[in-house]
Amino acid sequence: MKILVPIKRVVDYNVKVRPLPDNSNVDLNNAKMSVNPFCEIALEEAVRIKEAGNAEEVIAITVGKSESQEQLRTALALGADRAILVESESLLEPLAISKVVAKIVEQENPDLIILGKQAIDGDNNQTGQMLAALLDYPQATNASEININDGSVNVTREIDGGLQTLKLNKPAIVTTDLRLNEPRYASLPNIMKAKKKELTVINISDLGLDTNPRTELLSVELPPSRDAGIIVESVDDLIEKLKNEAKVIS
Amino acid sequence: MSILVIAEHDNSVIKGATLNTVTAANNIDGDVTLLVAGNDISSVVDQAKTISGINKILICDNDLYKNFLAEDLSNLVLHIANNYSYVLAPATTFGKNLMPRISAKLDVQQISDIISIESEDTFKRPIYAGSCIATVKSNDPIKLITVRTTAFDASLMDNSDVEVESIDALTSLNISEFISEEIAKSDRPELTAANIVISGGRGMQSGDNFHLLDSIADKLGAAVGASRAAVDSGFVPNDYQVGQTGKIVAPDLYIAVGISGAIQHLAGMKDSKVIVAINKDEDAPIFQVADYGLVSDLFNALPELESKL
Repeated sequence: MKILVPIKRVVDYNVKVRPLPDNSNVDLNNAKMSVNPFCEIALEEAVRIKEAGNAEEVIAITVGKSESQEQLRTALALGADRAILVESESLLEPLAISKVVAKIVEQENPDLIILGKQAIDGDNNQTGQMLAALLDYPQATNASEININDGSVNVTREIDGGLQTLKLNKPAIVTTDLRLNEPRYASLPNIMKAKKKELTVINISDLGLDTNPRTELLSVELPPSRDAGIIVESVDDLIEKLKNEAKVIS
Repeated sequence: MSILVIAEHDNSVIKGATLNTVTAANNIDGDVTLLVAGNDISSVVDQAKTISGINKILICDNDLYKNFLAEDLSNLVLHIANNYSYVLAPATTFGKNLMPRISAKLDVQQISDIISIESEDTFKRPIYAGSCIATVKSNDPIKLITVRTTAFDASLMDNSDVEVESIDALTSLNISEFISEEIAKSDRPELTAANIVISGGRGMQSGDNFHLLDSIADKLGAAVGASRAAVDSGFVPNDYQVGQTGKIVAPDLYIAVGISGAIQHLAGMKDSKVIVAINKDEDAPIFQVADYGLVSDLFNALPELESKL
C-alpha cells in the first residue's frame, strides 16, 4: 500500500500573527515557518501504518514556494520515503491546491491519502474534503483512529457530541484530528538521512490546471479587543459579583 | 436571489446551529429554502415549519441520508445547488465535513466560518486562530458558505406552516459505510448550546480532577469544556475542546479554570457575555479578557465555589 500525505508550510504555531500596517494582509516578515501541526499528525500516522507493515511507501507532497522544500525535508526526516514539491510562486486557495494534489494522485495512485483537518493559517478546513470530491473518493474527516483492512479502511471520527466510525473503500481520504497520535521529533541521524532522500520539484504550470484565485482579500484587521475586568479577592467576592453585578447566576 | 440552507438535525430534533445559519441567510437579500435530508424526519420537518425567516422547505426522507454521510448528502445537494446563488451550512463538524465536497464539485472556492456578511459577495472571517479578521470577497457565481453560529442569533421558531416540497433521493455511491456511533449521554446541556460553560485547562493536572468541574457544572446547569492543552494531555476527549480547532462557544457565563489563555482558546470563547478566570498565575493572559479574575489555586477555589453555590 502507498500513502500520500499532503502537507503545508505555515507560520509556526508559537508566532503571534498581526496585520501589516496597511491592513493588506498578515505580517509574516521574518516569521518562523513550520509544518502545519495537523499535517505532522497526518505524517506520523502514515509512518506508523508503514512501520506496522501495512504500507510500503509514504510520499509527502506540498504545493507552494521553493522554500517549502524545508518542510518537505522535515517530512523526510520524520519518516516519509520521498517528497514532491509542486512549485507555485503565488499562495493558492484550497480549491486550487486540491486540483493540484488530485493531478498528482492520478500519477501516483496512492491507496490512502492522509491530510491535516485544517491549516492554522487560513483555518479553512477544506482541502481534504475537496480532494475527495474531485477524485470521487470516500472521506473521513477529524479522525481519531485509523484501522487498515484489505480493501477498506475503518476510521473513527470526532463529531459533535461523540465518535462515529465509518468504513471507507480504498482509495480513501482521511483528515486528522488532535488525538489521532502524538508526532515524534526528528532525530539528528534521520535529519542527515533526509538530505539524501528523493525530492522531486514540479512546476505548477506544467500541470495545465486552472488555479486562479476565486476570492480577493480586501483587508486584515485585529479582532475587536475585550477590556480586562477586575480581580476579585475571594470566592465569596466572585459569587457576589456574578449574582448581583453580572446577574448571570442566581 | 435564492439561498439554500442545509439543516443540521439528528433525525428527531433540529439543531440550534441551523437556526443561527438561517439568521445569517436572512442577512442576504433573497428567499431562503431549507433542505432537510435524513431518515424518518417527520418531527424535524414539523419543527422546521416553525422557523422564522424561511420561505420553503425541501425534504428528502430516505434511509440513505440517515447518517448524513458526506458522499451521498453532497451528491443530493449538488443535484439542486444550481437553482441557488448561495448555499449555507453551519460551521459545525456536520457542515465542515459536507460543504467543501459540494464546493469542489461546483468548482467554487468556499468561504469558511463567516462571522459577518458585509455585502452580497463580501464576508468577514477569522484567520490564524482568531488572531486576525479577514475581509474576503468571493468572485464565484455561487457562494458556498459555512457560518460561525455564535456570530449570529438563533432564528425564532414562531412561523406557521411553511410550504414543503419533497425531493427524490439519489442512488447510493456505495463508497463509504456507516459502522457505528457513540454519542456521549449526558444530563448536562450541549457545549455549544449551554448558557453557562465551565472549562478546564492544563492546570487541572489530570482527567480525574475534572470531577471538580463536573460538580460545579451540575449545580449551575452548565456544560463542561476544556482547552486544547487539556485535550492534548489526554485529560478529556476532543469533543470537550473549546477553541479555534474545537468548538466555538458564546455562553452568558464562561468560567475558565487553570487555562492560561492561548490565542487559539480565546478564539473559541471570547464572545461569551461574562468571562471568569481562575488561575494561580496572575500573569496568565486569560486575565486580560476576563471580566472577573480570581488569582487562586484551583484545587482550593473549586471546592469552595462548589460548596457556596
